[in-house]
Amino acid sequence: MKGVRFWGTRGSLPVALTASAVRAKVIAAVRGAAGRTFATNEDLEAYVDGLGFATSGTFGGHSPCVEVITGGPDYMLCDLGTGVRPFGQSVIARHGATPQTFHVFMSHVHWDHIMGFPFFAPAYRPGNRIFIYGGHETLESALRRQQAPPSFPVDFDALRASIEFIRLEPDRDYDVAGLTVRSMLQEHAGDSYGYRFTASGKTVIYSTDSEHKLDDLSEAQRFVDFFRGADLVVFDAMYSLADSISVKADWGHSSNIVGVDLCRMAGARHLCLFHHEPVHSDEALARVLAETQRYEELARRDGAHALHVSAAYDGMEIAL
Amino acid sequence: MEFTSRKLADVVVAAPSGAIDHPNAMKVQQALAPFIEEEAAGRAPLVLDFSAVDYISSMGLRVLMMASKAMRARNVAMGIAGLQPSVAEIFDIARFRLVIDTFPTVRDALAAVSPAAASAYDAASA
Repeated sequence: MKGVRFWGTRGSLPVALTASAVRAKVIAAVRGAAGRTFATNEDLEAYVDGLGFATSGTFGGHSPCVEVITGGPDYMLCDLGTGVRPFGQSVIARHGATPQTFHVFMSHVHWDHIMGFPFFAPAYRPGNRIFIYGGHETLESALRRQQAPPSFPVDFDALRASIEFIRLEPDRDYDVAGLTVRSMLQEHAGDSYGYRFTASGKTVIYSTDSEHKLDDLSEAQRFVDFFRGADLVVFDAMYSLADSISVKADWGHSSNIVGVDLCRMAGARHLCLFHHEPVHSDEALARVLAETQRYEELARRDGAHALHVSAAYDGMEIAL
Repeated sequence: MEFTSRKLADVVVAAPSGAIDHPNAMKVQQALAPFIEEEAAGRAPLVLDFSAVDYISSMGLRVLMMASKAMRARNVAMGIAGLQPSVAEIFDIARFRLVIDTFPTVRDALAAVSPAAASAYDAASA
Protein backbone atom coordinates (compact mmCIF):
# COMPACT_ATOMS: atom_id res chain seq x y z
CA MET A 1 0.00 0.00 0.00
CA LYS A 2 1.62 3.19 -1.24
CA GLY A 3 -0.75 5.93 -0.15
CA VAL A 4 -4.07 7.63 -0.60
CA ARG A 5 -5.38 9.96 -3.31
CA PHE A 6 -8.47 12.09 -2.72
CA TRP A 7 -10.88 12.52 -5.64
CA GLY A 8 -13.81 13.91 -3.66
CA THR A 9 -13.70 15.38 -0.16
CA ARG A 10 -16.92 17.35 0.29
CA GLY A 11 -19.77 16.02 2.39
CA SER A 12 -23.49 15.87 1.71
CA LEU A 13 -23.53 17.81 -1.55
CA PRO A 14 -21.00 18.63 -4.26
CA VAL A 15 -20.17 22.32 -4.56
CA ALA A 16 -18.22 24.55 -6.94
CA LEU A 17 -16.28 27.76 -6.54
CA THR A 18 -18.32 30.80 -7.54
CA ALA A 19 -17.10 33.58 -9.79
CA SER A 20 -16.94 35.96 -6.85
CA ALA A 21 -14.81 33.50 -4.86
CA VAL A 22 -12.34 33.13 -7.75
CA ARG A 23 -12.26 36.92 -8.16
CA ALA A 24 -11.46 37.37 -4.47
CA LYS A 25 -8.52 34.97 -4.80
CA VAL A 26 -7.19 36.83 -7.84
CA ILE A 27 -7.52 40.20 -6.11
CA ALA A 28 -5.69 38.91 -3.04
CA ALA A 29 -2.89 37.50 -5.19
CA VAL A 30 -2.49 40.66 -7.27
CA ARG A 31 -2.62 42.88 -4.22
CA GLY A 32 0.09 40.81 -2.53
CA ALA A 33 2.27 41.03 -5.64
CA ALA A 34 2.18 44.83 -5.79
CA GLY A 35 5.73 46.20 -6.03
CA ARG A 36 7.29 42.74 -6.39
CA THR A 37 9.22 41.46 -9.34
CA PHE A 38 9.63 37.82 -10.27
CA ALA A 39 12.86 37.10 -12.10
CA THR A 40 12.05 33.44 -12.72
CA ASN A 41 9.06 31.19 -12.91
CA GLU A 42 10.30 29.57 -9.70
CA ASP A 43 10.13 32.96 -7.96
CA LEU A 44 6.55 33.37 -9.14
CA GLU A 45 5.58 29.88 -8.02
CA ALA A 46 7.20 30.46 -4.63
CA TYR A 47 5.16 33.63 -4.25
CA VAL A 48 1.93 31.82 -5.16
CA ASP A 49 2.71 28.96 -2.77
CA GLY A 50 3.33 31.51 -0.02
CA LEU A 51 -0.15 32.96 -0.39
CA GLY A 52 -1.69 30.13 1.58
CA PHE A 53 -3.83 27.32 0.24
CA ALA A 54 -7.13 29.16 0.67
CA THR A 55 -5.91 31.81 -1.79
CA SER A 56 -3.64 29.86 -4.10
CA GLY A 57 -5.81 26.73 -4.27
CA THR A 58 -9.17 25.30 -3.33
CA PHE A 59 -10.36 22.34 -1.31
CA GLY A 60 -12.64 21.40 -4.17
CA GLY A 61 -16.21 20.31 -4.23
CA HIS A 62 -16.59 16.69 -5.31
CA SER A 63 -18.46 14.41 -2.95
CA PRO A 64 -16.61 11.50 -1.29
CA CYS A 65 -14.34 9.26 -3.31
CA VAL A 66 -10.92 8.21 -2.00
CA GLU A 67 -8.40 5.98 -3.74
CA VAL A 68 -6.23 3.66 -1.71
CA ILE A 69 -3.11 3.21 -3.82
CA THR A 70 -2.44 -0.48 -3.48
CA GLY A 71 0.89 -0.65 -5.28
CA GLY A 72 -0.55 -3.56 -7.29
CA PRO A 73 -2.44 -3.74 -10.57
CA ASP A 74 -5.92 -3.40 -9.06
CA TYR A 75 -7.56 -0.13 -8.12
CA MET A 76 -9.14 0.35 -4.73
CA LEU A 77 -11.65 3.05 -3.78
CA CYS A 78 -13.75 4.17 -0.87
CA ASP A 79 -17.17 5.44 -1.90
CA LEU A 80 -18.63 6.49 -5.22
CA GLY A 81 -19.33 10.20 -4.80
CA THR A 82 -18.86 12.59 -7.70
CA GLY A 83 -15.09 12.32 -7.31
CA VAL A 84 -15.28 8.93 -9.02
CA ARG A 85 -15.93 10.67 -12.36
CA PRO A 86 -12.46 12.31 -12.63
CA PHE A 87 -10.97 9.14 -11.16
CA GLY A 88 -12.52 7.15 -14.00
CA GLN A 89 -11.23 9.63 -16.58
CA SER A 90 -7.72 9.35 -15.17
CA VAL A 91 -7.84 5.54 -15.39
CA ILE A 92 -8.93 5.70 -19.02
CA ALA A 93 -6.23 8.27 -19.79
CA ARG A 94 -3.64 5.96 -18.27
CA HIS A 95 -4.76 2.58 -19.61
CA GLY A 96 -6.96 3.30 -22.61
CA ALA A 97 -9.16 0.31 -23.41
CA THR A 98 -7.11 -2.19 -21.42
CA PRO A 99 -9.46 -3.84 -18.90
CA GLN A 100 -8.95 -2.96 -15.25
CA THR A 101 -10.17 -4.29 -11.90
CA PHE A 102 -11.69 -2.02 -9.28
CA HIS A 103 -12.48 -2.79 -5.63
CA VAL A 104 -14.88 -0.29 -4.06
CA PHE A 105 -15.62 -0.16 -0.32
CA MET A 106 -18.82 1.67 0.53
CA SER A 107 -19.29 3.52 3.80
CA HIS A 108 -23.02 3.58 3.11
CA VAL A 109 -25.43 4.34 0.30
CA HIS A 110 -26.57 7.87 1.02
CA TRP A 111 -26.82 9.93 -2.10
CA ASP A 112 -23.57 11.88 -1.82
CA HIS A 113 -21.64 8.59 -1.62
CA ILE A 114 -23.17 6.92 -4.68
CA MET A 115 -24.07 9.78 -7.05
CA GLY A 116 -20.87 9.59 -9.08
CA PHE A 117 -21.31 6.01 -10.21
CA PRO A 118 -23.57 6.71 -13.24
CA PHE A 119 -20.72 8.94 -14.50
CA PHE A 120 -17.93 6.41 -13.86
CA ALA A 121 -16.90 5.76 -17.46
CA PRO A 122 -15.07 2.45 -16.79
CA ALA A 123 -18.41 0.97 -15.71
CA TYR A 124 -19.59 1.28 -19.31
CA ARG A 125 -16.62 -0.60 -20.78
CA PRO A 126 -16.81 -4.36 -21.28
CA GLY A 127 -13.87 -6.23 -19.80
CA ASN A 128 -13.58 -4.05 -16.71
CA ARG A 129 -14.39 -5.76 -13.43
CA ILE A 130 -15.91 -3.84 -10.52
CA PHE A 131 -16.33 -5.39 -7.06
CA ILE A 132 -18.45 -3.30 -4.70
CA TYR A 133 -18.14 -4.21 -1.03
CA GLY A 134 -20.16 -3.05 1.93
CA GLY A 135 -22.16 -3.94 4.96
CA HIS A 136 -25.56 -2.81 3.70
CA GLU A 137 -28.15 -5.17 2.38
CA THR A 138 -29.35 -2.36 0.10
CA LEU A 139 -26.01 -1.82 -1.63
CA GLU A 140 -27.07 -3.09 -5.05
CA SER A 141 -30.63 -1.80 -4.96
CA ALA A 142 -29.45 1.71 -4.06
CA LEU A 143 -27.10 1.85 -7.04
CA ARG A 144 -29.69 0.38 -9.38
CA ARG A 145 -32.42 2.73 -8.16
CA GLN A 146 -30.46 5.92 -8.89
CA GLN A 147 -30.15 4.85 -12.54
CA ALA A 148 -33.81 3.87 -12.88
CA PRO A 149 -36.36 6.16 -14.59
CA PRO A 150 -37.11 8.96 -14.04
CA SER A 151 -33.84 9.67 -12.20
CA PHE A 152 -31.32 8.82 -14.94
CA PRO A 153 -31.46 8.09 -18.68
CA VAL A 154 -29.15 5.05 -18.68
CA ASP A 155 -30.30 1.98 -16.80
CA PHE A 156 -27.88 0.11 -14.54
CA ASP A 157 -28.23 -2.95 -16.80
CA ALA A 158 -26.72 -0.94 -19.64
CA LEU A 159 -23.37 -0.90 -17.83
CA ARG A 160 -21.08 -3.28 -19.74
CA ALA A 161 -18.46 -3.89 -17.07
CA SER A 162 -18.76 -6.94 -14.84
CA ILE A 163 -20.19 -5.64 -11.56
CA GLU A 164 -20.39 -7.77 -8.44
CA PHE A 165 -21.71 -6.82 -5.01
CA ILE A 166 -20.12 -8.40 -1.95
CA ARG A 167 -21.61 -8.11 1.51
CA LEU A 168 -19.03 -7.82 4.28
CA GLU A 169 -19.39 -8.78 7.90
CA PRO A 170 -18.02 -6.14 10.26
CA ASP A 171 -15.09 -6.92 12.56
CA ARG A 172 -13.77 -9.60 10.22
CA ASP A 173 -10.60 -9.53 8.12
CA TYR A 174 -10.81 -9.96 4.35
CA ASP A 175 -7.93 -10.24 1.90
CA VAL A 176 -8.56 -8.04 -1.12
CA ALA A 177 -5.98 -7.12 -3.77
CA GLY A 178 -3.12 -7.82 -1.40
CA LEU A 179 -4.56 -5.76 1.46
CA THR A 180 -6.24 -6.86 4.66
CA VAL A 181 -9.55 -5.06 5.02
CA ARG A 182 -11.73 -4.90 8.09
CA SER A 183 -14.94 -2.91 8.58
CA MET A 184 -16.71 -1.62 11.66
CA LEU A 185 -20.24 -0.43 12.25
CA GLN A 186 -20.63 3.32 12.82
CA GLU A 187 -23.41 5.58 14.09
CA HIS A 188 -25.26 7.15 11.16
CA ALA A 189 -28.83 7.18 9.89
CA GLY A 190 -29.25 3.75 8.26
CA ASP A 191 -25.78 2.74 9.57
CA SER A 192 -22.40 3.36 8.04
CA TYR A 193 -19.15 1.39 8.03
CA GLY A 194 -15.57 2.47 8.59
CA TYR A 195 -12.69 0.58 7.00
CA ARG A 196 -9.22 -0.39 8.14
CA PHE A 197 -6.78 -1.19 5.32
CA THR A 198 -3.50 -2.86 6.22
CA ALA A 199 -0.58 -3.99 4.07
CA SER A 200 3.20 -4.05 4.35
CA GLY A 201 3.08 -2.77 7.91
CA LYS A 202 1.04 0.30 6.94
CA THR A 203 -2.52 1.05 8.01
CA VAL A 204 -5.08 3.47 6.60
CA ILE A 205 -8.45 4.16 8.24
CA TYR A 206 -11.43 5.50 6.31
CA SER A 207 -14.07 6.61 8.80
CA THR A 208 -16.68 8.96 7.44
CA ASP A 209 -20.32 9.70 8.14
CA SER A 210 -19.79 8.58 11.70
CA GLU A 211 -21.29 10.31 14.72
CA HIS A 212 -19.60 10.08 18.10
CA LYS A 213 -22.04 10.64 20.93
CA LEU A 214 -19.28 10.81 23.56
CA ASP A 215 -21.61 9.45 26.22
CA ASP A 216 -19.99 6.06 26.48
CA LEU A 217 -16.29 5.46 27.08
CA SER A 218 -16.55 1.90 25.77
CA GLU A 219 -17.91 3.16 22.45
CA ALA A 220 -15.01 5.62 22.17
CA GLN A 221 -12.67 2.76 23.03
CA ARG A 222 -14.12 0.70 20.15
CA PHE A 223 -12.96 3.39 17.74
CA VAL A 224 -9.63 3.80 19.51
CA ASP A 225 -9.03 0.08 19.01
CA PHE A 226 -10.04 0.30 15.35
CA PHE A 227 -7.75 3.32 14.75
CA ARG A 228 -4.91 1.79 16.80
CA GLY A 229 -1.46 2.65 15.43
CA ALA A 230 -2.82 3.83 12.07
CA ASP A 231 -0.49 5.70 9.75
CA LEU A 232 -3.41 7.71 8.40
CA VAL A 233 -6.96 8.29 9.61
CA VAL A 234 -9.38 9.87 7.13
CA PHE A 235 -12.03 11.26 9.46
CA ASP A 236 -15.44 12.90 9.16
CA ALA A 237 -14.90 16.38 10.63
CA MET A 238 -17.91 18.08 9.11
CA TYR A 239 -19.12 20.07 12.10
CA SER A 240 -17.75 21.94 15.07
CA LEU A 241 -17.95 19.95 18.29
CA ALA A 242 -20.62 22.31 19.67
CA ASP A 243 -22.81 21.82 16.60
CA SER A 244 -22.33 18.05 16.51
CA ILE A 245 -23.61 17.60 20.05
CA SER A 246 -26.29 20.30 20.07
CA VAL A 247 -28.25 21.58 17.08
CA LYS A 248 -26.82 18.92 14.75
CA ALA A 249 -26.91 16.00 17.16
CA ASP A 250 -28.21 12.86 15.42
CA TRP A 251 -27.27 14.27 12.00
CA GLY A 252 -24.65 11.53 11.78
CA HIS A 253 -21.38 13.45 11.65
CA SER A 254 -18.41 14.27 13.79
CA SER A 255 -15.95 17.08 14.51
CA ASN A 256 -12.29 17.96 14.22
CA ILE A 257 -11.81 17.84 17.99
CA VAL A 258 -13.18 14.34 18.35
CA GLY A 259 -10.88 13.30 15.52
CA VAL A 260 -7.84 14.59 17.38
CA ASP A 261 -8.91 12.98 20.65
CA LEU A 262 -9.57 9.55 19.13
CA CYS A 263 -6.38 9.59 17.05
CA ARG A 264 -4.27 10.62 20.02
CA MET A 265 -5.75 7.86 22.18
CA ALA A 266 -5.14 5.38 19.36
CA GLY A 267 -1.55 6.46 18.77
CA ALA A 268 -2.32 7.28 15.14
CA ARG A 269 0.23 9.32 13.21
CA HIS A 270 -1.79 11.41 10.80
CA LEU A 271 -5.34 12.74 11.00
CA CYS A 272 -6.83 13.96 7.74
CA LEU A 273 -10.01 16.01 8.07
CA PHE A 274 -12.61 14.90 5.54
CA HIS A 275 -16.26 15.18 4.48
CA HIS A 276 -16.11 18.95 4.53
CA GLU A 277 -19.22 20.99 5.23
CA PRO A 278 -20.52 22.18 1.82
CA VAL A 279 -21.31 25.68 3.09
CA HIS A 280 -17.69 26.26 4.13
CA SER A 281 -15.52 28.47 1.94
CA ASP A 282 -11.85 27.73 1.36
CA GLU A 283 -11.04 30.31 4.02
CA ALA A 284 -13.36 28.63 6.52
CA LEU A 285 -11.83 25.20 5.86
CA ALA A 286 -8.29 26.60 6.17
CA ARG A 287 -9.30 28.15 9.48
CA VAL A 288 -10.72 24.83 10.72
CA LEU A 289 -7.45 23.13 9.79
CA ALA A 290 -5.35 25.74 11.63
CA GLU A 291 -7.59 25.48 14.69
CA THR A 292 -7.40 21.70 14.65
CA GLN A 293 -3.61 21.83 14.50
CA ARG A 294 -3.67 24.22 17.46
CA TYR A 295 -6.01 21.95 19.41
CA GLU A 296 -3.64 19.06 18.75
CA GLU A 297 -0.85 21.13 20.34
CA LEU A 298 -3.01 21.90 23.36
CA ALA A 299 -4.06 18.27 23.71
CA ARG A 300 -0.48 16.99 23.47
CA ARG A 301 0.40 16.46 27.10
CA ASP A 302 2.97 14.54 29.08
CA GLY A 303 5.45 14.38 26.21
CA ALA A 304 3.14 12.46 23.90
CA HIS A 305 4.06 12.18 20.23
CA ALA A 306 2.82 14.78 17.77
CA LEU A 307 -0.17 13.92 15.62
CA HIS A 308 0.10 15.36 12.12
CA VAL A 309 -3.13 17.03 11.08
CA SER A 310 -4.11 17.87 7.50
CA ALA A 311 -7.33 18.66 5.63
CA ALA A 312 -8.18 16.69 2.51
CA TYR A 313 -8.72 18.44 -0.79
CA ASP A 314 -9.69 17.12 -4.20
CA GLY A 315 -6.45 15.99 -5.85
CA MET A 316 -4.47 15.65 -2.63
CA GLU A 317 -2.13 12.69 -2.33
CA ILE A 318 -0.70 11.33 0.90
CA ALA A 319 2.22 8.92 0.64
CA LEU A 320 2.64 6.31 3.33
CA MET B 1 -8.92 15.70 39.38
CA GLU B 2 -10.38 17.60 42.35
CA PHE B 3 -13.92 18.92 42.62
CA THR B 4 -15.24 21.33 45.26
CA SER B 5 -18.50 23.21 45.61
CA ARG B 6 -20.02 25.90 47.78
CA LYS B 7 -23.26 27.84 47.96
CA LEU B 8 -23.30 31.63 47.65
CA ALA B 9 -26.80 32.91 48.39
CA ASP B 10 -28.99 31.04 45.88
CA VAL B 11 -26.14 29.99 43.56
CA VAL B 12 -23.99 26.86 43.57
CA VAL B 13 -20.35 27.54 42.64
CA ALA B 14 -18.61 24.32 41.64
CA ALA B 15 -14.89 24.17 40.93
CA PRO B 16 -13.24 21.25 39.15
CA SER B 17 -9.49 21.32 38.76
CA GLY B 18 -6.82 19.73 36.61
CA ALA B 19 -7.41 18.09 33.25
CA ILE B 20 -10.93 17.12 32.23
CA ASP B 21 -9.85 14.49 29.74
CA HIS B 22 -11.79 11.40 28.69
CA PRO B 23 -11.28 9.41 31.95
CA ASN B 24 -11.95 12.45 34.14
CA ALA B 25 -15.00 13.58 32.20
CA MET B 26 -17.09 10.84 33.79
CA LYS B 27 -15.93 11.95 37.24
CA VAL B 28 -17.01 15.52 36.51
CA GLN B 29 -20.34 14.26 35.21
CA GLN B 30 -20.91 12.35 38.44
CA ALA B 31 -19.79 15.29 40.56
CA LEU B 32 -22.15 17.65 38.73
CA ALA B 33 -25.12 15.31 38.88
CA PRO B 34 -26.41 16.49 42.28
CA PHE B 35 -26.56 20.05 40.96
CA ILE B 36 -28.23 19.43 37.62
CA GLU B 37 -30.59 16.53 38.23
CA GLU B 38 -34.08 17.87 38.67
CA GLU B 39 -35.04 15.82 41.68
CA ALA B 40 -31.82 16.61 43.52
CA ALA B 41 -30.91 20.19 42.78
CA GLY B 42 -34.01 22.23 43.08
CA ARG B 43 -33.58 25.33 41.00
CA ALA B 44 -30.23 26.75 42.07
CA PRO B 45 -28.27 28.51 39.33
CA LEU B 46 -24.88 26.95 38.71
CA VAL B 47 -21.54 28.66 38.14
CA LEU B 48 -18.57 26.50 37.22
CA ASP B 49 -15.30 28.04 38.33
CA PHE B 50 -12.82 26.82 35.72
CA SER B 51 -9.82 28.81 36.97
CA ALA B 52 -8.02 25.60 38.01
CA VAL B 53 -8.89 23.59 34.89
CA ASP B 54 -5.91 23.41 32.54
CA TYR B 55 -7.31 21.16 29.78
CA ILE B 56 -10.64 19.83 28.57
CA SER B 57 -11.22 17.15 25.91
CA SER B 58 -14.22 16.58 23.66
CA MET B 59 -15.79 14.24 26.18
CA GLY B 60 -15.35 16.86 28.92
CA LEU B 61 -17.00 19.46 26.71
CA ARG B 62 -19.90 17.11 26.12
CA VAL B 63 -20.44 16.84 29.88
CA LEU B 64 -20.72 20.63 30.02
CA MET B 65 -23.13 20.62 27.09
CA MET B 66 -25.37 18.04 28.74
CA ALA B 67 -25.35 20.01 32.00
CA SER B 68 -26.19 23.21 30.15
CA LYS B 69 -29.06 21.55 28.28
CA ALA B 70 -30.49 20.13 31.50
CA MET B 71 -30.33 23.49 33.24
CA ARG B 72 -31.79 25.33 30.26
CA ALA B 73 -34.67 22.86 30.08
CA ARG B 74 -35.63 23.91 33.60
CA ASN B 75 -34.95 27.57 32.85
CA VAL B 76 -32.15 27.73 35.42
CA ALA B 77 -29.01 29.74 34.65
CA MET B 78 -25.60 28.14 34.22
CA GLY B 79 -22.31 29.83 33.43
CA ILE B 80 -18.64 28.98 33.26
CA ALA B 81 -16.11 31.41 34.64
CA GLY B 82 -12.38 31.99 34.76
CA LEU B 83 -11.22 30.02 31.74
CA GLN B 84 -7.45 29.70 31.52
CA PRO B 85 -6.17 30.96 28.14
CA SER B 86 -5.55 27.46 26.78
CA VAL B 87 -8.99 26.25 27.84
CA ALA B 88 -10.54 29.41 26.39
CA GLU B 89 -8.83 28.53 23.10
CA ILE B 90 -10.37 25.05 23.20
CA PHE B 91 -13.80 26.56 23.85
CA ASP B 92 -13.33 28.81 20.82
CA ILE B 93 -12.09 25.99 18.57
CA ALA B 94 -15.08 23.88 19.61
CA ARG B 95 -17.42 26.89 19.10
CA PHE B 96 -18.61 26.36 22.67
CA ARG B 97 -19.03 30.03 23.51
CA LEU B 98 -21.93 30.01 21.05
CA VAL B 99 -23.86 27.53 23.16
CA ILE B 100 -22.66 28.05 26.76
CA ASP B 101 -22.33 31.37 28.61
CA THR B 102 -18.78 32.13 29.73
CA PHE B 103 -17.56 34.92 31.98
CA PRO B 104 -14.12 36.35 32.74
CA THR B 105 -14.45 35.78 36.49
CA VAL B 106 -16.69 34.04 39.01
CA ARG B 107 -17.74 37.50 40.24
CA ASP B 108 -18.88 38.40 36.71
CA ALA B 109 -20.84 35.16 36.42
CA LEU B 110 -22.53 35.66 39.78
CA ALA B 111 -23.46 39.22 38.89
CA ALA B 112 -25.11 37.92 35.72
CA VAL B 113 -27.20 35.24 37.41
CA SER B 114 -27.87 36.56 40.94
CA PRO B 115 -27.13 39.96 42.52
CA ALA B 116 -27.58 38.35 45.94
CA ALA B 117 -24.89 35.79 45.17
CA ALA B 118 -22.58 38.51 43.86
CA SER B 119 -23.04 40.42 47.13
CA ALA B 120 -22.34 37.28 49.11
CA TYR B 121 -19.19 36.75 47.04
CA ASP B 122 -18.08 40.34 47.75
CA ALA B 123 -18.74 39.91 51.45
CA ALA B 124 -16.77 36.68 51.55
CA SER B 125 -13.90 38.26 49.66
CA ALA B 126 -13.74 41.38 51.83
